Parts: sequence; C-alpha cells; structure tokens
Amino acid sequence: MGAIETGNPGDQYAIDVRGLRKRFGTLEVLRGIDFRVARGEVVCVIGPSGSGKSTLLRCINRLEVPTSGQILVGGVDVADADADIDHVRTRIGMVFQAFNLFPHLSVLDNLTLAQRRVLKRTRPDAVEVARQTLERVGLADKISAYPAHLSGGQQQRVAIARALAMHPDMMLFDEPTSALDPELVGEVLAVMRGLASDGMTMMVVTHEIGFARDVADRVVFLDEGVVVEDGAPSQVLDTPQHERTRRFLQRVR
Amino acid sequence: MTRRQRQRLIRGGLYAAFVLAVVVVAAVADGERIAQFFFDVDIARQMFPDVLIVAARNTLLYTALAFSFGLAFGLVLALMRLSRVGPYRWFATVYIEVFRGLPALLTIFLVGFGIPLAFRVEWHVLTRITLGLGLVAAAYMAETLRAGIEGVPTGQMEAARSLGMSHGQAMASVVLPQGLRLVIPPMTNELVLLIKDTSLLFVLGTTPITKELTKFGRDLLSQTASPTPLIVVGLVYLLITVPMTQLVAVLERRNRRSR
Repeated sequence: MGAIETGNPGDQYAIDVRGLRKRFGTLEVLRGIDFRVARGEVVCVIGPSGSGKSTLLRCINRLEVPTSGQILVGGVDVADADADIDHVRTRIGMVFQAFNLFPHLSVLDNLTLAQRRVLKRTRPDAVEVARQTLERVGLADKISAYPAHLSGGQQQRVAIARALAMHPDMMLFDEPTSALDPELVGEVLAVMRGLASDGMTMMVVTHEIGFARDVADRVVFLDEGVVVEDGAPSQVLDTPQHERTRRFLQRVR
Repeated sequence: MTRRQRQRLIRGGLYAAFVLAVVVVAAVADGERIAQFFFDVDIARQMFPDVLIVAARNTLLYTALAFSFGLAFGLVLALMRLSRVGPYRWFATVYIEVFRGLPALLTIFLVGFGIPLAFRVEWHVLTRITLGLGLVAAAYMAETLRAGIEGVPTGQMEAARSLGMSHGQAMASVVLPQGLRLVIPPMTNELVLLIKDTSLLFVLGTTPITKELTKFGRDLLSQTASPTPLIVVGLVYLLITVPMTQLVAVLERRNRRSR
C-alpha cells in the first residue's frame, strides 16, 4: 500500500528522531530529543503543559520546522528542507486537539477532498474508501452531515476517519480528547483502541493516563524539552525512576 | 411626581415635538410647487423606458465590469500581501495605500485620459471604465479579502497540509472558500459603493447610448428645467441598492446565528 521508498528498506522504525532541537526565538522548547517508534507500536507521550510534547509531534510531519536534528519517517529525513514533505505527509495521519474539520464541506467531502486532489483517486473510489473508513469509526450514517451538526466526539471520529482515508502508515494524535466534554471522551478512545488492536503505528500525545496504561506499548515522559523516561507503561506509570515523573503523575491522578 | 410619571411625561414631550415639526414643515412647504417640480408626472413618464433599458442597464454593466475586475485583481493583491516574498508584500501594500488614498475621480481621469495620452493607446470606453473604477475597487477589496483569509483559523491550513495538500491546493479548496464566505457582507457593501461611484464616469465623456443613471438624469434636468428626472433616477438607484443592503443585513444575521 505505497509505503515510502526508504533509504534503508530494512528500517524497522516508523519514526526515528535523532538529536532534535526546536527553538522559538530565544525559547528552546525541544533540547535534544532521541526517540523511536517501531512499526506497529503504540507510543503515548505524556508530560506537563509546555514540556514540548505537542511540538515534538508537530515536528514529525513538519508543521513545525526543526531547528536541528534528524527526523526519519520511513527512512526520509523530514527535517531536511529537500524532503518531499507533501508526499511524506500523505503517509502520516494527523489528528488535532481542535478537530480542524473543514466546516464548509460535508463529512463525505471532508474525507474525499485529499484522496482526490493528492492521491488522484477517482470519485467512486474515494467515496468507497470514505464509506469504509466511516464504518470503521461508527459514523456511516453521518456521511452527508456537516461538521457543525455533529457532537465534538463525532467530529473527532470524523477527523480520524479523514486521516485514515489516506491509508497512512502511521497516525499522530495531538491531545485528541482534550477539547471534548468528559462524556464524549470514551467514544474517541474506543476508536483509537480499535486502531491500535488493528496494528496501526500510533504516537499519541495525551493526558489520558488510563488509556496510556491500557493501550500503549511504550510510554514516554517528556519534561522541559527532554525525554525523562521511556519504557513500558507499567514501568513508567507505576515505578517511575525519576522524581519529576513521580511528581507529574501525582498531579494528574 | 413618581419616576414613572416623569418618564411618561418626557416621552410624551418627544412625541409632541416630532408631530409639531411635521405640522410646521407641512404648513410652510409649498406642496403644489414641490409636486410640480419634483414629481412632474409627464416628464417622469417620458423618461421610460430609456431610464431602465439604457441608463440603469449601463450603470449595472459598468458596476459588473468594475466589480469583476476589482474582485480578481483584489484577490491577487490580497494573496500578495500575505506572500512570504517581501517585494510582493511591499508592492501590494503600496498599491493599496495609494489607490485608497486618491480620490476616485482622479484615478478615473488618470486612467481615462492620462494613460491613453502618454502611451498613445486607443482604449475602448469599456476598458477605461473597467480600469478607472476597478483599480480603486481592487485596493478596497484586497483589504477585505485579506481580512477574510486571515479570519480562517490556522488549523484549517494545517489540517489540509497534513493530508499532503500543497499550499496552493489548501488555499484554493479549504481556506479561500471559507474566507470568501466570511466577507460576503462587506463585499456587498463594496458593490453598493461601486454602483454609486459609476456616477463619476460622466467625466470620460458619454454618447446617448453610454449614459449611466446620473448623467442621464442631469441631461434631462437641463433639457426640461425640472428636477423630476433626478428624483426618478434616484428612485432607480434605491431600487437597486436597498435590496442589496437588506440582503447584507439578512446574511449578517444568519452568519451570526450559525456561529
């Protein structure tokens, strides 16, 4: 299914971040990050606000341009200005905190726009893919609705479907449930659980510690722009090695 | 006197003052003379159908030409102002400041006579009209369109780019459709202003078939020595502009409700 032609086909990592630094003016938000996500792995990134976790995620599909370092996505260095970033982005699904559905388009058109413009799928093909992905997030009946008429949870599920319709190799989630009313969080997490059990490579920035514990293969704790802790959920969440991690977990519980 | 009684008294006084003013105006005004000069039915009747099929038609044609040109060029200017390329931004900024700062009449003279004189070009009258009004309209519309584009949340561009769309694709199919919707009310106001500005075009010289409403009315004023033609063309203007401003009000109300 059109994986990126990799420089190194044996590359087992979907995402391989090396020495990543990101500075906004004088503020250094990421201060040398080394970080890997294997194919099929689900990694949750936790950390206090301002720790740089969203910036890290946004660097991976170059919504933020790294100051220095390497970010290999399927072997292509997206930190390199010569990378064909539009092509790499078609392989990376992105889900935002604020959903960012296109409000002037129906659910169907939200899902088919990029399929047709970017992947050059025919309209019948794109519609068929849209149907299947909406089925997968449990919203097949909303295909002709407009975003404004959906609940927050439904909007976020449509946003997930929009990303999935591109048949990406991996999915990035930037605090996908933080903008939702508490009673709507469950339906979105359920969809994400489904994706994880289907073997999707996922990197999730989240405050949902319970989700991280149940679903993640690995949990990464980020603070002040560095990776403080990186390991299995039980290890990072239950027996953290660092004082900073312990303090953070006490606060969010 | 209670507070409520005093309020009632004040309101009653305001009503009385208004009625008194109407009565005084009615008593002082010479109704017969007004009817004779401003509402001369015979003169008004002679103006038809030309006031509609020639004058109003020309007003609408000139407006449509200038608006189309202004919209297209204004969009280019708006995108230039938002460009990452410095010189594009500077050019657009200077252009907008210059043409918003000059009287429209001066621009019409410059385009209508100055350029043809300097470069010895024979511009068709419609070209001169389109450019004379359109160059100024573009400057105003560029600022409105830029505000519309900037009014679309940045998350929209990011979502589109994350799906692999190029900047141009994202602009054309995600940002612009939303930005244009935001500016429908102010753009309709631009249109109304443009309709009225067509009255300046007489300075380019007219033939009987190129007269717009104001010139048409003025010529009849001197022929008939009656202001009735001005009243008639005024009513035709209102017939065009009032529905538009009302439409804007409806759109604005609907916009506010859908948010």
